Amino acid sequence: MSNPLSVGEQAPDFTLPSEAPESAGEAAKKSVSLHDLRGKNVILAFYPADWSSVCGDQLTVYNQMLGLFQKKNAELLGISVDGPFCHKAFKEDRNLGMKLLADFEPKGEVSKLYGVYNAEEGVSERALFVIDKDGVIRYSYVSPMEVNPGANEILKTLNEIEENKGAASHG
Amino acid sequence: MAEATLTVEVGEDDHIQGPADAPVTLVEYGDYECSHCGEAYGIVKDIQRRLGDRMRFAFRNFPLTQVHPHAESAAVAAEAAAAQGKFWEMHDTLFENQQDLSERALLSYAAELGLDEDQFASDIENETYREKIEADFMSGAESGVNGTPTFFINGVRYDGNWRSGDFFEALQSGQSRASAT
Repeated sequence: MSNPLSVGEQAPDFTLPSEAPESAGEAAKKSVSLHDLRGKNVILAFYPADWSSVCGDQLTVYNQMLGLFQKKNAELLGISVDGPFCHKAFKEDRNLGMKLLADFEPKGEVSKLYGVYNAEEGVSERALFVIDKDGVIRYSYVSPMEVNPGANEILKTLNEIEENKGAASHG
Repeated sequence: MAEATLTVEVGEDDHIQGPADAPVTLVEYGDYECSHCGEAYGIVKDIQRRLGDRMRFAFRNFPLTQVHPHAESAAVAAEAAAAQGKFWEMHDTLFENQQDLSERALLSYAAELGLDEDQFASDIENETYREKIEADFMSGAESGVNGTPTFFINGVRYDGNWRSGDFFEALQSGQSRASAT
């Protein structure tokens, strides 16, 4: 059973490769660290695997919504235990615009950090986190593996974050 | 766990088949170029036949344009056909001819359906229809559409398998979750 981090907790920092290197053996050229995105809302979409049809649908749907997320000052990152080369092929095949991070080595480390690693299957759970500009988790959800969660709760959370912005929360 | 529910009720902006007072309302968010939606099209038709006046059906646009290059223009074609009172005829034609949704094909379908071709050709350039499609997409996103097709039965997302008999049973009972407590 997974035990995801809860709303209100500080999102732990991590760094993962976001792009495949030119050739195997070469270090990953680009990586993403959560702290680089401070000041922005971040959506972490953990998913079990590239290529399985349910994930394809989920990421395809999110891909179509990147503009909506952007309007809410949010960046979506996909995370699975697939390697960077697998992500690259998958991204090109599905025309995906978001970054896909490889939680590949050590396997599942970040998924475990967020409490959403399924050790039995050896993959990440299908889990969503929305993290606000200050790095605080504002939404946390683990979906049944076979059900795509959709983006309704993500959008609702982002709306709440953006509406409260500047309203009496400072000072 | 929050269940996904429709944020925009079926209303006068919708394309609807079946009586307004039907006990069951099925809403589909679909994409004319999506092969799964093509498959679902036949299944929904069959269920409509079986449930008759007991079910009302509404179709909303959810074009996944990043993977389906013709999805948006096909959706516009259906909306433009609606302006001439032939939404469902175009909807059916598109799903029955998914292999060719090119611009030329869309014009020929309009001609076959007896639409005023000049009117249609000018309507598909009209921004109004794109805005309608965008509004459909937005309501779908906010309601928890998680792929195409996504179905809502009496306002609640159906997470079961629409290819199985469970779908018909859910529609017959009017409940998305068979064992909802």
